[in-house]
Amino acid sequence: MSAGTEVYPGGVAGGGLALGGGHAAALTEELAHGPSKRIVVAYGFWIFLISDIILFSALFATYAVLTDATAGGPSGRDLFELPTVAVETACLLLSTVFCGFAGIGAQARRNGMYYSAMAATFVLGATFVAIELHEFATMIHEGAGPGRSAFLSAFFALVGCHGLHVSAGLLWLLTMMAQVYAKGYRADIRRRLLCFALFWHTLDIIWVALFSLVYLVGVAPK
Amino acid sequence: MNTSIPEAHGDVAPGDELRPTDISHAIRGYLVGLALATLLTCVSFYIAGSTLVWQPSIPIALSVLALAQMGVHLVFFLHMTSGPDSVNNVMALAFGLLIVMLLVFGSLWIMTHLDHNVMPMGRLMQMQR
Repeated sequence: MSAGTEVYPGGVAGGGLALGGGHAAALTEELAHGPSKRIVVAYGFWIFLISDIILFSALFATYAVLTDATAGGPSGRDLFELPTVAVETACLLLSTVFCGFAGIGAQARRNGMYYSAMAATFVLGATFVAIELHEFATMIHEGAGPGRSAFLSAFFALVGCHGLHVSAGLLWLLTMMAQVYAKGYRADIRRRLLCFALFWHTLDIIWVALFSLVYLVGVAPK
Repeated sequence: MNTSIPEAHGDVAPGDELRPTDISHAIRGYLVGLALATLLTCVSFYIAGSTLVWQPSIPIALSVLALAQMGVHLVFFLHMTSGPDSVNNVMALAFGLLIVMLLVFGSLWIMTHLDHNVMPMGRLMQMQR
């Protein structure tokens, strides 16, 4: 039995805390070498992402409390355009799948697959941000900016925070393409790629909560 | 557990798949996730604009669908499993969800009570009328 069985896409299955594994060989391996750096790095980043989700939950709670505080201004029913939201949802969902393909391409050392999937992820993510910016600009132009009511302040804070995350993710994505181009699929670069994929997938999970609980509940008949 | 794999297992990094697979198999996993997520999204959008569901229960139906879709994302895109290898990842997530629930439902609960107890006189009179 080999210690440190290779797992797809690239994590080392040997080592780690005895909490989960429990197998004698894995335990010996862990005592000898400790958990692999890939596991430690990704786990640390996972903890960060969970704290990010908690940050979003605070914004969600604020929004939920203030939904009806429209101060005589427009409500979600007057403002939200479901076709736009559907396009945004499609963009982000497809981009998260392409991000997964990029990870597979990097693992298999297939340059064509990696670069084209990353490019597709970028284009879809950028389309999402562009649509969102246009939506915000239209709302502010119609006098429904973040200063209009507590409802709109909470809305712009929540959706805007997600948009900022996606924008930051786009910069990170370009950086990862450049790093793979310059340095190849080194172990440290692959660790960063794994963290980026975790980040991008998490942003789509947060968008699921956003489009369901903010947009769809906002326009649903009461 | 796949029987062709040696039994040894420790932990997997969050986002990593447990078992070594070929490319086409890995791609298929993402496509299955995409199909399920698309289905759930379409149902959500349909329900929000239709009279299919009893109207006061629409927010709850949408929340349940959103939770289901998050589960699909976790399983097919982030490769979270119930296996012993990803116990640490799942436990961290479960603790995070506990905090999220406390934050969201705690805020809503407290604020509803405040709203009720510190109601301006005018609205109180309106409600009593």
